Amino acid sequence: MEVLELARWQFGITTVYHFILVPLTIGLSTMVAILQTAWVRTGNDKYLRLTKFYGKLLLINFALGVATGIVQEFQFGMNWAEYSRFVGDVFGAPLAMEALAAFFLESTFLGLWIFGWDKLPKKVHLATVWAFAIGSILSAYFIIAANSWMQHPVGAEFNEETGRAEMTDIWAVLTNNTTLVAFPHVIATAFLVAGTFVAGIAVWWMVKKSREDRNHADLGMYRTAARFGAVVMLVSGIGVVVTGDIQAKLMFEQQPIKMAAAEGLVATPVGPAPFSLFTIGNLAGDDPDSVHHILEIPYFLSYMATGDWEGEVKGLDELQEIYAERYGAVDENGEEIEYRPNLAVTYWSFRLMIGLAVFSAALCVAIFWFTRKGRAIDQEWMSKLALISLPMPFLAASFGWIFTEMGRQPFVVAPNPTGSDQVMLMTTFGVSDATSVGEVATSLVAFTVIYAVLGIFWYRLIQRYASEGAAHVTYEEPSDDSDRPMSFAY
Amino acid sequence: MDLAVFWFILIAVLWTGYLVLEGFDFGVAMLMEKVGKGDRGRRTALNTIGPVWDGNEVWLLTAGGATFAAFPEWYATLFSGFYLPLLLILLALIVRAVAIEYRGKINDDAWRRRWDWVIMGSAWVPSILWGVAFANIVRGVPIDETFTYTGGFFNLLNPYALLGGATTLALFLSHGAIFLSLKTDGEVRERAEAVARRMAPIALVIAAVFAIWTQVAYGVAWTWIAVVVAAVGLAVAVVAGRIGRYGYAFTGNAVAIAFAVVLIFGSLYPDVMPSSTDPAFSLTVQNASSTDYTLTVMTWVAVILTPVVLLYQGWTYWVFRRRLSAENIPEHNSLTFLKK
Repeated sequence: MEVLELARWQFGITTVYHFILVPLTIGLSTMVAILQTAWVRTGNDKYLRLTKFYGKLLLINFALGVATGIVQEFQFGMNWAEYSRFVGDVFGAPLAMEALAAFFLESTFLGLWIFGWDKLPKKVHLATVWAFAIGSILSAYFIIAANSWMQHPVGAEFNEETGRAEMTDIWAVLTNNTTLVAFPHVIATAFLVAGTFVAGIAVWWMVKKSREDRNHADLGMYRTAARFGAVVMLVSGIGVVVTGDIQAKLMFEQQPIKMAAAEGLVATPVGPAPFSLFTIGNLAGDDPDSVHHILEIPYFLSYMATGDWEGEVKGLDELQEIYAERYGAVDENGEEIEYRPNLAVTYWSFRLMIGLAVFSAALCVAIFWFTRKGRAIDQEWMSKLALISLPMPFLAASFGWIFTEMGRQPFVVAPNPTGSDQVMLMTTFGVSDATSVGEVATSLVAFTVIYAVLGIFWYRLIQRYASEGAAHVTYEEPSDDSDRPMSFAY
Repeated sequence: MDLAVFWFILIAVLWTGYLVLEGFDFGVAMLMEKVGKGDRGRRTALNTIGPVWDGNEVWLLTAGGATFAAFPEWYATLFSGFYLPLLLILLALIVRAVAIEYRGKINDDAWRRRWDWVIMGSAWVPSILWGVAFANIVRGVPIDETFTYTGGFFNLLNPYALLGGATTLALFLSHGAIFLSLKTDGEVRERAEAVARRMAPIALVIAAVFAIWTQVAYGVAWTWIAVVVAAVGLAVAVVAGRIGRYGYAFTGNAVAIAFAVVLIFGSLYPDVMPSSTDPAFSLTVQNASSTDYTLTVMTWVAVILTPVVLLYQGWTYWVFRRRLSAENIPEHNSLTFLKK
């Protein structure tokens, strides 16, 4: 193993792990803020109970999310020093802005929210959870802006003298069209994750309670939570599809080779391109005959890519030639440069990203149907569907992330076909020179082991708190009584 | 003023914020067993930093992000060069964040005890290693003409750097004890005050040796001012602790930490990371920085946002200004893991 390979594995593992936790934090913080708003406005106890119930799950999740986020910022310097030198002038800015504008907000107001229940007036306390939720969304924006710049560099030019990319227009970086479609896509996904999470747990509880007692007092509360989750799923689901479609069209323009790989499209099809649902073969990408599309939707790919049912979509072979001509056919060792990303990974992660979202859709429709006219869900199979659906959007989001990152290879900064082609960087040239195989291997093992152990605690705590249900809680007016115990303490 | 110099100063300010704030966080965590004596006492200590530690840690992330944006070469050389120490710090920060949040989530003595040890252990590691890292930066490390660190791990373990580690450790212990003296009541406060009275002079002596060594070996004429102010700050901490004025003691310590940063950054300037291989390979404020355009953008962002951040973080300290004693700590939550 070389430093490059290990560093890539490390980036992949730490990033996907981090990104399992982050969407839940983003979506759930806003949903908890909405629940608390409902409580402050109506005074209805059920909203307070739900706020505290889902709030605890949010805290368990946020702790690990924030802990694993620290690594992300320093990993660029540790493993990808040459990348950092090349892009720091542009890429560092959104990262620093995230810390200053978003992360301070998130962390500080979360502390105020957790410990402030009995210290702050009701409305001020409500404002703290909103500040936290806004902070987490802002945070996503800056990170997506940084990542989108790697997918589609704008607002920068290559300086031959310094040998690095230099920023020319911060506004272009922050309003990159890649960012403007990726950000809503990621946020919609985050809400799909959180909506499914909230609804899934509520459905499970509704089934359990209604089997105990058809008129259980908590059924109304869980029904509210399930329907709230379903509304969030519906709205965010539509958002995911619409933004995903816009993003795909943009990607066909900006990174055609990524999308061709997503399709396992080796040769350029004659006439309109079909969308393949299922493919076998080794997907190695070298041999068109090795890819067999089993199920296809005619014309659909042409439409997805170009907005025209008859539009032409280029295959990998043709794109490889175009890339070789434009960015060089051989590397410094005289070997041919492979511009195709790993076909099997991109093809399947793209399909799993889309396919797994079906569970949320099914759950959403079922909830609306079975809770119509004030009914409670008591179908045993619904509790199973709820449990199966819970992890699915997490996985879909992770596959989306894997797809977008792996599809960019062999570039770490993919060339911008409509901008300056000089601002690009092959992954090989981004890795640190100062770092040894031993060091990266050590950190790879250390992070993987620690993440695995902490992941087990995370899972067990989420499971434990979810299976406790929404407790009865009392609200105490804030006071300065110095002898009164804190309402929350570690 | 030259923007690169402005950012050099701003990064010093961010590190000052981080070391002053997380310094007492670490100190409290390291001392929670010592001043706590039992579960309630440990919880009392831990809850003094409960609402603020997470926000404090963001100062580090901001310092890191700002270095990336303003001095990409410095960021790249530093973090790829100081790989293993940084890895240890990151691992400590990861488990620490999780440990603090998870310890109280399950009502089980063994569960809490284990996380307590993690909280304590994970405070020692960065408390020592930040000092080691900064001392090495001032001292200079092997850097070649491509700004690549060539020294390996053991190069970082030299007497001067280890003294730097001892200095941050002693400062944070004293800082944490003083903070606990300010923020607690009852027996925890008595024990914290005893530690503070003992630690402050020790911190003064170790820090004085380190500061004078730094000044003599790497300092310039004006950084003597920083040495003197830091020494006065620590002396105030010693004296104020003796007469029980912990507010002054805390201020004295904070001033000392701030001027230790001034001493280090002042000694560095105009380098940001001197090369011990050849001074010509040193990273300087000028050759490590971003373009003027980027620095201008970042300056606007910093000038607008920093006061806002200071305002709401300050407000947090005001909201949670009350002292805690063991009586304020509620019963444990009743959740245990379900037995299958």
